[in-house]
Amino acid sequence: MGFRRRKWEERVFRVLMAASTFIVLGSLLMILGTVVIKALPALNLDMITRTPEGGFYLGKAGGIKNAILGSLYLASGATLLAVLLSLPIALYINTYSMRSKAWAVQVRFFLDVLWGVPSIVYGAFGFIVMTLLGMRASLLAGILTVALLELPIMARAMDEVIRLVPSALIDASASLGASRLQTALRVVLRQSLPGILTAMLIAFGRGIGDAASVLFTAGFTDHVPTSLTQPAATLSLAIFFQLGSPIPEVRARAYASAAVLTLIILLVSLAARALSRKLRKHIIP
Amino acid sequence: MRLLSALPGLLVGCILLGLLLKSRGVLSMQPLSRLLFSTAWKPLKGQFGLLAFLSGTLWVTLAAMILAVPISLLTAVYLSEFAPRFLRGLAKPLIDLLAGIPSVVFGVWGVLLIVPFVARIAPLFGAYSSGYSVLAGAIVLAIMIFPTIILVSLEVFTAVSRDLRDASLALGATRWETVKHVVLRKGAQGLIAAVVLGFSRAFGETMAVLMVVGNVARLPHSLFDPAYPLPALIVNHYGEMMSIPQTESALMFSALVLLLIVFVFNFAARLILTRVERRIQ
Repeated sequence: MGFRRRKWEERVFRVLMAASTFIVLGSLLMILGTVVIKALPALNLDMITRTPEGGFYLGKAGGIKNAILGSLYLASGATLLAVLLSLPIALYINTYSMRSKAWAVQVRFFLDVLWGVPSIVYGAFGFIVMTLLGMRASLLAGILTVALLELPIMARAMDEVIRLVPSALIDASASLGASRLQTALRVVLRQSLPGILTAMLIAFGRGIGDAASVLFTAGFTDHVPTSLTQPAATLSLAIFFQLGSPIPEVRARAYASAAVLTLIILLVSLAARALSRKLRKHIIP
Repeated sequence: MRLLSALPGLLVGCILLGLLLKSRGVLSMQPLSRLLFSTAWKPLKGQFGLLAFLSGTLWVTLAAMILAVPISLLTAVYLSEFAPRFLRGLAKPLIDLLAGIPSVVFGVWGVLLIVPFVARIAPLFGAYSSGYSVLAGAIVLAIMIFPTIILVSLEVFTAVSRDLRDASLALGATRWETVKHVVLRKGAQGLIAAVVLGFSRAFGETMAVLMVVGNVARLPHSLFDPAYPLPALIVNHYGEMMSIPQTESALMFSALVLLLIVFVFNFAARLILTRVERRIQ
């Protein structure tokens, strides 16, 4: 192959690669830009401080406070529950199962499989369990379903950071006579805290944005839920329902709701970054 | 804690079992082949053929893969082998952010920008389209799975050792030749897994696709035709679940089919990735 041809091939692929990267990053900016521009006309304080009033879905006064709070309650509850389930799992497969490595491999494998389950399937499964227990669509049912959705995301992300804790630290702790539980909680947990918080925030972001899993389980209402057994509105479903409306004012509110949801996601991911940077100072490198 | 760590496996089993038990109603009524290979979806007459929906999902997913795979792989190679340091540092958080954008927001964006775009370009190809089409779904879906394919591929590239690259460069290969003959060859299996993971992610995606794809239950014949993917069927018929007999069972069967297909692909991808990891370590 001639030298000129080799050069030429190199150049063509470099251009293609740079163009692809531009497309990927450009589409993100385009999505954010479009949502913000379309949302501005409908975005005002009423949107976030008031619940839907009479004729809201015909374009009259009101806001989406019900959906914002509903989403926050739902995602917070689900994240809390998912932490209670995934932190012990992640700690266990990294500190306890030294002798049975095969078990850890298996747990990771199933977590990965769960990670790939579509959220609509979690929704359907949540619905089955809900009807089996005689529950109605409610905040609680939504929280349980979204917690299942968050579990593999969170557990796997925690596992990745806990795995990085140097085994010398664990050995040192053991040689000082600490039990495995003490090592897990005082050394491993402390050392990987920034990563664990990041994992929680990532899962929170996933949970608050998901629509297909809450459609069957959380219901929808114009009121802010005051107990776990009441149905709860969510931002993602508010966007979905309003976008289907033939009335332009209502559709404009769908764009505004999408901007609010995107803003929450942005804040969460910025917080995750800032928090993990700040906490990283306290760990032993 | 050991008990709790059995939860993921149990959950996989429970989901499969639950969906299977719920599908029994419709499975006992009709042979499996009729459910999967008939296009007649008439719940009132007790006909639940899923073919139109299965092919809708396949069309949208395959079209999305054709768009997403080359772009994602080229981006991953660029970021891992060619890009200047600052660009790499900038791109990674942005791709993470793209992965975190909720699917309804993708849907809103698709309705605002991609649907009118497709309606505009359809006449250029001698077709008429309202814009709500396979192509619109595929474009939105392709962007949604960029992060999955890129992030997994980047991990695969990091696993290829520096020494191999240096050896190739020392022999006089250009950087692209090094990528082509060394990095891509060494990482081939991992890249296949990345693509398969992207595929299974795309296959089950619900809301964004549902919002732009038109939802007409017919076999699509071109990219500009509307389609009706399987997850959209479940969402749209949710209201009739309790009123029309066997509809609930048929919808749960659809969810089961969806899950099984995604499972097969995920299993395959994860098996490959575990093997790759073991070989490299």
